[in-house]
Amino acid sequence: MEDNILLQLNNISVVYSDVIQVLKGVSLVVKKGQIVSLLGSNGAGKTTTLKAISGLLKPENGKVTEGNIVYEGHLIQNSAPEQITRLGIIQVLEGRQPFKYLTVEENLRVGTATRWGKPYKKDLELVYHYFQPLVARKNRLAGYCSGGELQMLVMGRALMAHPKLLLLDEPSLGLAPFLVREIFEIVKRINEEQRTTIMLVEQNANMALLIAHYGYVMENGKIVMEDEAKKLRENPDVKEFYLGTAASGVLKSYKEVKSYKRRKRWL
Amino acid sequence: MEFFLQLLIQGLSVGFLYALAALGFVMIFKSSSVLNFAHGELLAIGAFIFLVFSVRLNLPIPIAFLFTLAGTFAMGFVIERLFLRPLIGEALIEVIMLTVGLAAMFKGLLLVIFGGNLFNYPDFLPKALTIEWGAITIPPVYVASFIIGIIFLSIFGFFFKYSSQGIYMRSVADNQPAALSLGVHVRRVFAMSWAIAALVCALSGIILGIMNGINVHDISIMGLKVFPVVILGGLESIGGAIIGGLIIGLLETFTGGYLSTSLKEVIPYVVLVFILLVKPYGLFGLVEIERV
Ligand SMILES: Nc1ncnc2c1ncn2[C@@H]1O[C@H](COP(=O)(O)OP(=O)(O)OP(=O)(O)O)[C@@H](O)[C@H]1O
Ligand SMILES: [Mg+2]
Repeated sequence: MEDNILLQLNNISVVYSDVIQVLKGVSLVVKKGQIVSLLGSNGAGKTTTLKAISGLLKPENGKVTEGNIVYEGHLIQNSAPEQITRLGIIQVLEGRQPFKYLTVEENLRVGTATRWGKPYKKDLELVYHYFQPLVARKNRLAGYCSGGELQMLVMGRALMAHPKLLLLDEPSLGLAPFLVREIFEIVKRINEEQRTTIMLVEQNANMALLIAHYGYVMENGKIVMEDEAKKLRENPDVKEFYLGTAASGVLKSYKEVKSYKRRKRWL
Repeated sequence: MEFFLQLLIQGLSVGFLYALAALGFVMIFKSSSVLNFAHGELLAIGAFIFLVFSVRLNLPIPIAFLFTLAGTFAMGFVIERLFLRPLIGEALIEVIMLTVGLAAMFKGLLLVIFGGNLFNYPDFLPKALTIEWGAITIPPVYVASFIIGIIFLSIFGFFFKYSSQGIYMRSVADNQPAALSLGVHVRRVFAMSWAIAALVCALSGIILGIMNGINVHDISIMGLKVFPVVILGGLESIGGAIIGGLIIGLLETFTGGYLSTSLKEVIPYVVLVFILLVKPYGLFGLVEIERV
């Protein structure tokens, strides 16, 4: 095995509540130091994939029933999140999940849970350096922060844990376009400056493929396409379905829109 | 006026006792949403453990006191580990029924070991703690309750507000999935909240024992007092538990002093009903933050 591989999913299946099969044989590879993007429409199984990696399937009664997940030589499928986080994998949950009744700075301090007792002042500074708007808010209850501030907060909180692998679930969800650009810019900087490997789940394929090195496309619990991010951006199918820009630039007729639906099913 | 002052101080002392017990109750509820019906029994266990250390084993009082705190803290961990942890993920009502069962079991055990008699601690509180001021005389146990209450409530206040462990505990109460995603050891937080609860219960159990003597039934009945206290303060709020405890303590003492001792048990509940009519979630109940 190449030693620049950080994480490898080998043909995993995930089942919720013993009966609902959501992932059907997903394989993917995340190389050290890269940003790997996982794209796909609603319900494709992106969040489930991240949770399979971080161990957060367990509290939802989900389980990896087949295949395995290898991270730095450890087999981590179905391990407890307390263990997986301590190996350096931190997931930023979909839909921003602040601790509403804790202040912004207290929220950040929860990010030290995996290395309790170690100094954290420098890390706070680092987070405030990347997410400057948080400085003015640090003593405010997180519940009163705006959506953009919250996205920065939950990403900063994860950064406090010194992750080797950061799993980001739709950071752009519901944010204004200029904010989305800012957030992606910071993600890229964190990847470059902190050497943090990042797995980025997105519906905003356009932005995601701009900063990612590699990309996977998921449909119905399967990987249907994978390539260098550059090449995915040029791929006509991806262009049509995820980037919203058809090759011709001409408005598609209704018939073609319908064929899009048809094709999407087998894609 | 002097009588008023006397009642005020006594009321606050009793209030601190309730506040400590309620603090434990609120902590368990906040971290794991479990209503602990075995709370009164935790008070009784604390009181009896101190009895064993101080009287049966004849240890010096400060040592017996420290051993009791350490012992009940450890016991809290064990209770969580043995009884609560296997039920994580089960329906809440089952867990609550489990605490009802625990109450019966603890009480039974105490009765088997100690019987239903009334015991007393030796008279160890220094006479210097007595406050005499004109016609006012406040017995040392009230002063001790006051001091212990302030010390331990401040310690826990600082713990929750500033220490990392305290912040992890609050994060679990706030948003469990997010806490898990950051590697907070949620089961350890549950265990910790039982341990702290058992410890603060022991404190109030000991004070109760000094005030009224130690009897299994009498002390475990006092566990019911946490209900008006936490309902008044708001189930979610540690600050509310403290204020609620003080209010109920004052109400009781003033009713007993100015009206009659028989009304003492009733008036606080009447007041409670009125407060709840105005503020259904209690004085400091969680008002859901709606934005986000
Ligand atoms: N806890 C659960 N129990 C049962 N089914 C679930 C559970 N969580 C997700 N699913 C199902 O698994 C499928 C994939 O969900 P998942 O959240 O992984 O999709 P997604 O790609 O992240 O979608 P979105 O873009 O909408 O977030 C969906 O059909 C969903 O209903
Ligand atoms: Mg999702």
